[in-house]
Amino acid sequence: MTTALAAQTNSFLAALVLLTGFGMLVQKRIYGLIHIFTWQGLFLSVNTAIVGYVANRHHLYISSVLTLALKVVLLPYILHVLIHRLRIRKEVETVVNIPMTMLIGIALVIFSYHLMAPVRELSTLITRSTLAVAMATVMIGLLMMITRRHAVSQIIGFLAMENGLFFAATSATYGMPLVVELGVALDILIAAFIFGIFFFQINTAFDSLNVEQMARLKEGD
Amino acid sequence: MALLVLLGVPLFAAAILALVGDRRFAPEVNIAGSAATFVAGLGLAWEVWAAGPILAAGRFFFVDAFNVYLAVLTAFVSMTTAIFSRRYMRRERKHGRVGSVGMRFYHAMFQMFIFAMLLCLLTNNVGILWIAMELATLSTVLLVSLYRTPTAIEAAWKYFILCGVGIAQALFGTVLLYFAAEKVLGEGGEALLWTNLYRVSGSLEPTVLSLAFVFLMVGYGTKVGLAPLHNWLPDAHSEGPTPISAVLSGLLLNIALYALVRCKVLVDGSTHTHHAGDIMMGFGILSVLVASFSLLRQKDIKRMFSYSSIEHMGIATFAFGLGGPIATFGGLLHMLVHSLAKSSIFFTVGHAAQMHRTQEMDRIKGLFKGNPLVGWGLMFGVMAIVGLPPFGIFTSEFLILTATIKDAPLWTPFLLLGLGVAFAALLRKVQPMVSGEIPSHQAPVTAAHLPVLLHMVLVLAIGFSMPDFLNAWLQATVELLQ
Repeated sequence: MTTALAAQTNSFLAALVLLTGFGMLVQKRIYGLIHIFTWQGLFLSVNTAIVGYVANRHHLYISSVLTLALKVVLLPYILHVLIHRLRIRKEVETVVNIPMTMLIGIALVIFSYHLMAPVRELSTLITRSTLAVAMATVMIGLLMMITRRHAVSQIIGFLAMENGLFFAATSATYGMPLVVELGVALDILIAAFIFGIFFFQINTAFDSLNVEQMARLKEGD
Repeated sequence: MALLVLLGVPLFAAAILALVGDRRFAPEVNIAGSAATFVAGLGLAWEVWAAGPILAAGRFFFVDAFNVYLAVLTAFVSMTTAIFSRRYMRRERKHGRVGSVGMRFYHAMFQMFIFAMLLCLLTNNVGILWIAMELATLSTVLLVSLYRTPTAIEAAWKYFILCGVGIAQALFGTVLLYFAAEKVLGEGGEALLWTNLYRVSGSLEPTVLSLAFVFLMVGYGTKVGLAPLHNWLPDAHSEGPTPISAVLSGLLLNIALYALVRCKVLVDGSTHTHHAGDIMMGFGILSVLVASFSLLRQKDIKRMFSYSSIEHMGIATFAFGLGGPIATFGGLLHMLVHSLAKSSIFFTVGHAAQMHRTQEMDRIKGLFKGNPLVGWGLMFGVMAIVGLPPFGIFTSEFLILTATIKDAPLWTPFLLLGLGVAFAALLRKVQPMVSGEIPSHQAPVTAAHLPVLLHMVLVLAIGFSMPDFLNAWLQATVELLQ
């Protein structure tokens, strides 16, 4: 694969990652959200492998396989099991004002390009143009966590943000050192275990996974 | 060797306590583990004192005067908290607020949390620091929801989500830091070591580093509990079990501030401006003001003291932002005395809440008569925390104030306003709780005397006359941070 082709593939996959990010912003069905999240993980994994091949960084293959295992297989599987157990398979969430959220998302992409411009100038890697996309993915994950009211969607937003961070590491520096990547993956695994427990606790305590009911802790006046 | 014990014991103790479960002797195992950690911490401090900074395990760990003093503090407060939690948690168990599984989980996660904090402090790798910080969050999230009440679950969820978001920003900052460092130091783990980064800080790209600092500030600032990112903190502290509030307030906030200070020194070394310091000063003052005015309208006792933690972390952040030998010394001392005073306050608050079976301040009365140790412990703790002489916090706040008047006079009124409001609010709220007659709903408790006394004596001793070795030690740390 030539460098030019690799750069193009890289940009194309980055576009797909961003697209899945926007897809998650508008998706109302919890089930559909998990599907889009799985696709995003797959694009990321393929992208990492290609970057690893072109840049001749073999530790990126490990990162790629790790992403595949964790974000395409394991996490979606855990989420599937959880929503099945908690019987929220068919649940449709009311998202606050989708067009507005999309507009904010677009603004965030522009902001990311602006913020990352100086970093891009300094980079010599073939992936340098995708750094802004990675940051936009982080921001969109953040936006999703703010605008969603369902515990499962908030967690998917959190994981999407994590995807963006992983993507940023690949774009900026061909990935963080392996020991850091492994540690981050371990943290995500523990987090998955914890939010699994939480879903059950929230469901028992509030009779639903709608976080909107969590408004008892307020400032006394 | 001491380093290995220091990190190994809590990890090992966590495994043992997970196996032992809810046995009668589990609290004693917990205390023994923390005590061994503390002894190892002292040993490590002795090594650093005698031979200077240590690099261990292939430069994986780095110990200097700055992190070893926090490591000893962490180990000490964990030990006293373990002693306190023996009686406290037994009573909670007897009253059915925690089950058998809960107790097993509590003890194992307590040790895990200590391990994560010590790893944060001692690692040389900025990436590992991030991982350990996340691990510290994750190990306490489920402890906050230990009582399984709706409010506790809500608080824990907020803690999980907000700190998750915050710490994600910090990871982005770390990626940018690695981006800048890799150009100078080459790729691989070497480029993320503090020791290497400090060595080449002058040749790191300033634009990237200032951008990275914004993300690190937001990320680790969330964990420090700086306004406006502090929303998780009062909830998590008020809903979790009291020993956890004590270690969250007394230790975890310090660890996050430690990470921030290291980053600030690095960024300032690269940009040759006071940009990072200015950002920290702004966040610090904002936290002091927001927290002190929030103190006024609190009804829940633990919630009130968690706002006080935000205020004090704001003061320390401001001091480190201001920089210079006096302010930095004040900031370091403030981290130390605040930890001691605040955890001791939480110990007495825990007992007071158990006596009245509520955390509402209106219903807590007559502590002096009901249980003099709890009453006077709380009163002295509050006098210490508001900065009355001769307690140690007076010394640190006085130093910080002097440096502010000299170097940044425009900030002085804001700092004074915050301190004054907090002073008035805390004393006014605490006075009715300690004085008066014993209400009918008050039940006696056997309080844990030792931890409160130990902490108070230390805070007083530091205020009365600072021991020479502590002075020399903090001076050495100030040298490191210039």
